[in-house]
Amino acid sequence: MSENNEKCQCQCGCGGKDEREEKLVQIIKDCNYDKSQLMHILNETQNIFGYIPMRAQKIISEELGIPMAEIYGVITFYSRFSLEPKGKYNIAVCLGTACYVKGSQGILDKLKEILGIDVGGITPDGKFSLEATRCIGACGLAPVMTINEEVYGKLDPSMIKDILEKYQ
Amino acid sequence: MEKVKITIDGIEMEVPKTYTILDAAREAGIDIPTLCHLKDINEIGACRMCIVEVEGARGFATSCVMPVAEGMVVRTNTPAIRDARKVTLELLLSAHDKKCLTCVRNKNCELQTLAEKMNIDELEFEGEMERHPIDDMCPSIVRDPNKCILCKRCVAMCKKVQKVGAIDTMNRGFKSVVGTAFDKSLDDVPCSLCGQCINVCPTGALSEKDATKEVWKALEDPTKHVVVQTAPAVRAAIGEEFGMPIGTLATGKMVAGLKRIGFDKVFDTNTGADLTIMEEGTEVIERIKENKNLPIITSCSPGWVRFAESSYPDLLNHLSSAKSPHQMFGAIIKSYYAEKAGIDPKDIFVVSVMPCVAKKAESKREEMNVNGLRDVDAVLTTREAARMMKQAGIDLNTIEDAEFDNPMGEATGAAVIFGTTGGVMEAALRTVSEILTGKELEKIDFEEVRGEEGLKEATIKIGDMDVKVAVAHGLANATKVMDSIKAGTCDYHFVEVMACPGGCVNGGGQPIHDAKTRATVDIRGLRAKALYDADKNLPIRKSHENPVIKKLYEEFLGEPGSEKAHELLHTHYHKREYFND
Repeated sequence: MSENNEKCQCQCGCGGKDEREEKLVQIIKDCNYDKSQLMHILNETQNIFGYIPMRAQKIISEELGIPMAEIYGVITFYSRFSLEPKGKYNIAVCLGTACYVKGSQGILDKLKEILGIDVGGITPDGKFSLEATRCIGACGLAPVMTINEEVYGKLDPSMIKDILEKYQ
Repeated sequence: MEKVKITIDGIEMEVPKTYTILDAAREAGIDIPTLCHLKDINEIGACRMCIVEVEGARGFATSCVMPVAEGMVVRTNTPAIRDARKVTLELLLSAHDKKCLTCVRNKNCELQTLAEKMNIDELEFEGEMERHPIDDMCPSIVRDPNKCILCKRCVAMCKKVQKVGAIDTMNRGFKSVVGTAFDKSLDDVPCSLCGQCINVCPTGALSEKDATKEVWKALEDPTKHVVVQTAPAVRAAIGEEFGMPIGTLATGKMVAGLKRIGFDKVFDTNTGADLTIMEEGTEVIERIKENKNLPIITSCSPGWVRFAESSYPDLLNHLSSAKSPHQMFGAIIKSYYAEKAGIDPKDIFVVSVMPCVAKKAESKREEMNVNGLRDVDAVLTTREAARMMKQAGIDLNTIEDAEFDNPMGEATGAAVIFGTTGGVMEAALRTVSEILTGKELEKIDFEEVRGEEGLKEATIKIGDMDVKVAVAHGLANATKVMDSIKAGTCDYHFVEVMACPGGCVNGGGQPIHDAKTRATVDIRGLRAKALYDADKNLPIRKSHENPVIKKLYEEFLGEPGSEKAHELLHTHYHKREYFND
């Protein structure tokens, strides 16, 4: 069970008015409330919030007239979508076949050890979050991980510490 | 219709072009096993139990979705097919919580039946299993995902037929599970609690919340006067639990069975239904005269009420304030009857046998009490009542008929048809017309509101007034009415809504039949016919002519809509959060 933060968590003193929510409503409007645009809207929501909180799902459900259960089903189907907030830097380790064979589990274990978090977790300072993904299509560079949009290939567990230091 | 020639297992036949291979095979009397298939509702070819060989085609075809074609040659029973089906079933079983002996669906499970049919004598695959928590937080429905085989029949029923969409498939691959958004209990999501999902579940993944134990406990308590009342639709279905043909009216045997279980009194909810007509009918007349909050919509289906409360909270003023029949009757049992019988109402335990699971939650609503006493203390489904009878060694096939107890045992034909779509409307029309015109109806059958159509409309001439009525069954059809009210385009005066398609005869608490029976037998039609036949054969067929009801108003309530009637027999509704955080 995932209990997401329900109230606006911004610290800007807006008194609960969340610009991100307004932006989401606008995006849905721009899509002409078209149900078939659900994937696109979820993608945008993920970009706006960094994850897809319950309140965003409620907005999508109400505006598009799609049941919450269906939206939640789509979100949990695709690993790209997250129900948990992500860190400033989101680290994704590929566990696709090629990367796995080339030892990406060792990379993931090393990251867990250094960051002190599990897959799906976020460091207490909100800086790093960690996820395991399916094949990202960079098998030639296996094993691969990404930090936000940056791709790191041909990895070895011993390289991890140095890479993370760049983001400290 | 265009036809094609095909050959199945050597049988040459001509069938409509629109048929699937499964349709054709069934017509030829060939049994192809299915699991996920639910005719017209869930046709997704997902479980692959129905595979067949089609000559010239690559691989096996899923016969439930594969259309027939000219010259097609199909084989349904070859060694390769038997093997493939068996492996598929073994894989399904490997992820299934196989506690058959203690399962609520033991001996009425499509998975179990298939295991027997396929001669599964050994479980080869004993790998890892996903474990999921059981959701028993809801007062009506229990979900055990560990028994789910992901056929998605429940999802299709909820989303397509009822247009509710409270459940769906979550996650992917090995972790796939049918559930709710954010893993909430069904009680916290916009589930109407209609229970149609239970009726289409092939296994024990969905069931009613058991009340048999608390009823047994009350029966064993010597200080309790335990009264049971039975809804109209129960008598048209309970026999099926004992192997009687679908559509058997088993009123007398049901009453006898309940008496044998040990209930102190067996009353008929139909008497409560007659009372509902008096109260609701009066409200209909008032509102039409005052042109206030029209259309007035019936409120006896708790699945419908719950749906309206979460989906149309702004339109709740359209619902009749009348409680549903069993709640009214419970309130009367604990007041009027208690007084007459000289029993302290605190010592009375009222049990309702209902074709419904939403009634369980309804009976627990805060408003459903009088002076702090619950109107109804426990609700059993038709299935649970049969289960209790079996537990007590009672077989309805061999028991002698018995009669409902007096003084509350008299009911009319108008009340008995409450159990089917259009019945409440017809019963109300019989009474409302006679009260408004002061004249006896020449014809009391209102055939225009009967039948299977999802949304029935009629204009009824009452005196010099044209009363526009509508009857909706299944929540998708209810949505149409509500949306038209919202849009301001609705010109009905009076609307009947029942949450379940077909009404209570097809309620979520009724005996469960497998997908093949559902596809080939008009279950709800046969049960409805039993009720219409009962109506025809009853000496009194109008609620306002019921002597028990007349006496009740004379001696106790005053007149319909009186202050006392309001205190005991009416209720109110409130907005439900669409989705609880």
